[in-house]
Amino acid sequence: MTVESTAARKPRRSSGTKRAAGAASAAKAPAAKAAATAQNAEPQLVQLLTPEGERVSAADNPDAAEFLSFVEDITTEDLRGLYRDMVLTRRFDGEATALQRQGELGLWASLLGQEAAQIGSGRALRDDDYVFPTYREHGVAWCRGVDPTNLLGMFRGVNHGGWDPNTNNFHLYTIVIGSQTLHATGYAMGVAKDGADSAVIAYFGDGASSQGDVAEAFTFSAVYNSPVVFFCQNNQWAISEPTERQMRVPLYQRAQGFGFPGVRVDGNDVLACLAVTRWALARARAGEGPTLVEAFTYRMGAHTTSDDPTKYRRDEETQAWEAKDPILRLKTYLLASGGADEAFFESLEAESEALGKRVREVVRAMPDPDTMAIFENVYADGHALVDEERAQFAAYLASFEEGH
Amino acid sequence: MAVEKMSIAKALNESLRKALEQDPKVLIMGEDVGKLGGVFRITDGLQKDFGEERVIDTPLAESGIVGTAIGLALRGYRPVVEIQFDGFVFPAYDQIVTQLAKMHARALGKVKMPVVVRIPYAGGIGAVEHHSESPEALFAHVPGLKVVSPSNASDAYWMLQQAILSDDPVIFFEPKRRYWDKGEVDTDAIPGELHKARVAREGSDITLAAYGPMVKVCLEAAAAAAEEGKSVEVVDLRSMSPIDFDGLQVSVEKTRRLVVVHEAPVFLGTGAEIAARITERCFYHLEAPVLRVGGFHAPYPPARLEDEYLPGLDRVLDAVDRSLAY
Repeated sequence: MTVESTAARKPRRSSGTKRAAGAASAAKAPAAKAAATAQNAEPQLVQLLTPEGERVSAADNPDAAEFLSFVEDITTEDLRGLYRDMVLTRRFDGEATALQRQGELGLWASLLGQEAAQIGSGRALRDDDYVFPTYREHGVAWCRGVDPTNLLGMFRGVNHGGWDPNTNNFHLYTIVIGSQTLHATGYAMGVAKDGADSAVIAYFGDGASSQGDVAEAFTFSAVYNSPVVFFCQNNQWAISEPTERQMRVPLYQRAQGFGFPGVRVDGNDVLACLAVTRWALARARAGEGPTLVEAFTYRMGAHTTSDDPTKYRRDEETQAWEAKDPILRLKTYLLASGGADEAFFESLEAESEALGKRVREVVRAMPDPDTMAIFENVYADGHALVDEERAQFAAYLASFEEGH
Repeated sequence: MAVEKMSIAKALNESLRKALEQDPKVLIMGEDVGKLGGVFRITDGLQKDFGEERVIDTPLAESGIVGTAIGLALRGYRPVVEIQFDGFVFPAYDQIVTQLAKMHARALGKVKMPVVVRIPYAGGIGAVEHHSESPEALFAHVPGLKVVSPSNASDAYWMLQQAILSDDPVIFFEPKRRYWDKGEVDTDAIPGELHKARVAREGSDITLAAYGPMVKVCLEAAAAAAEEGKSVEVVDLRSMSPIDFDGLQVSVEKTRRLVVVHEAPVFLGTGAEIAARITERCFYHLEAPVLRVGGFHAPYPPARLEDEYLPGLDRVLDAVDRSLAY
């Protein structure tokens, strides 16, 4: 693989300039937006569906026009599908939060508010793409066809992940912040070596962008021109630390320093997230290397069920974000445009109920693992010490059964 | 004739070459491993013959090297990464301990992690800070990792290939002050098991257990002791995770005395584990407590003091005498 010069891959969106003349680009590279000058300034976002539920047209916004081409094929039926994904994901998430409160789960990391970022990006993927999530990507998992109840094992404490990542090309949840961005980069290096045209997407949060591993992932992916999309859900809070504690410039602008494009998208706009992720994936497939997508969104709930957001953030802030709800805005649009009728929403409500019921039943029926599972899969090729300790512990347990 | 005399460095180089030839999924990655051939030239000539896609010069970022190797392993590759020196492994320690070691278990066995982390380690070359350390116990303590160290050219050649063939992550410690020691390598041999100890010298009065750079010191001590009429057995452990306690037990039940020798600090080191386990297994055979010879609970000293810090012939022989005095 040759490493393109930085000039040939001049950052588009983060540089504040039009794209370099003559740059080879299979995917249409959108024109630049003026960068926000401070983290707290009202951010410039790629937005295709406003919080009021109105579609942004090419005439309204020339910048959006270039991304609109990536969702030209989206039909009304597709929009209903995206809506359904978001609703069911929110229902699953709410059910899991309730199950944690009822003592069925030890912990839960809610995605409430981030449905559009996850469904939009998740639905942009092809089956042969590979996903490296954090521990909050329940919506992306849904898009990958992972049974949502599989996600609950680690939170219930019966395993540390437990699914086969290769079944749905969806890697295990990673708890150490930012580690998976390097795994994604290495995997993408392998994809390029194999000559495949699939892409890899790494999810992480605004807090993770402070981690060295994320910087190293940017470095490796840039110098090897790897087909990886870094999808950062900037949900404004890393537990109790606001973004001001993570960065002084808008996050997406970091990409520029590494030599690849960064773009900020309205993370509560499922259509914009779909379009921007498709654009970034197309760049990856075309051999144009990594992209950083910053989905500007908000975590409506706690970081996990262990923290209390009222201790560190204001109600007014949360309320302001409620008005930008990703599900509500698509519902408004679908109703106004005649894309869906009441029967659709009623049927979806019934489907939600059924999903919630199934999740409750499966979780409550989830058995504790066998005691001897402690010793399983520590090594692929076996290990004398594990064998010895397994035998000793089995004998110890057996001594009770024999009534000694 | 497949028996050839070569240095440990050359044996490692030949071993990597063979691995690259035999499996197109094997990759070499690290800082300076390409054009330069590594700062110790262990990868000399490999990029020239196998190309930049197989022998990859990486950015100067150890966590990145191991983290991307994990991703490549998930994609079906078998990366062999080089950490330039022992003390530089710590930026990658997080990836090794929290990710590499646990991936197989977290996936309930559905994915394998055939990654080898090569680390030139230990002292004796007059180097500056962070270039002479022996952190093997920190890795052997971690479930999911295997930890080995060859002491001679034949083991260097064979153990590295066995490590690459393993579906488990292997931390491969190379005794850098022995890189230029020569020995016979039979490239047609059927190698012994990767994690089996080897009796390097037979004896009947006491067992010295060591690995990596200290095996040579122990063999010299055994030769010196023989002149005084003492019969010293030397066991080259070869593997620190797992440790071949069965093999060591056979030796200790014969000699009834054991001294463990390593360069790493004695406190909570490999020798502590060996002393505890052998005491449990051989309590009624032992004529003396298991003794340990190793580094102090102090940072590895400046090079001008390393000869005092490193266990040498005299300190090993002193421990032999103390054991025999019981």
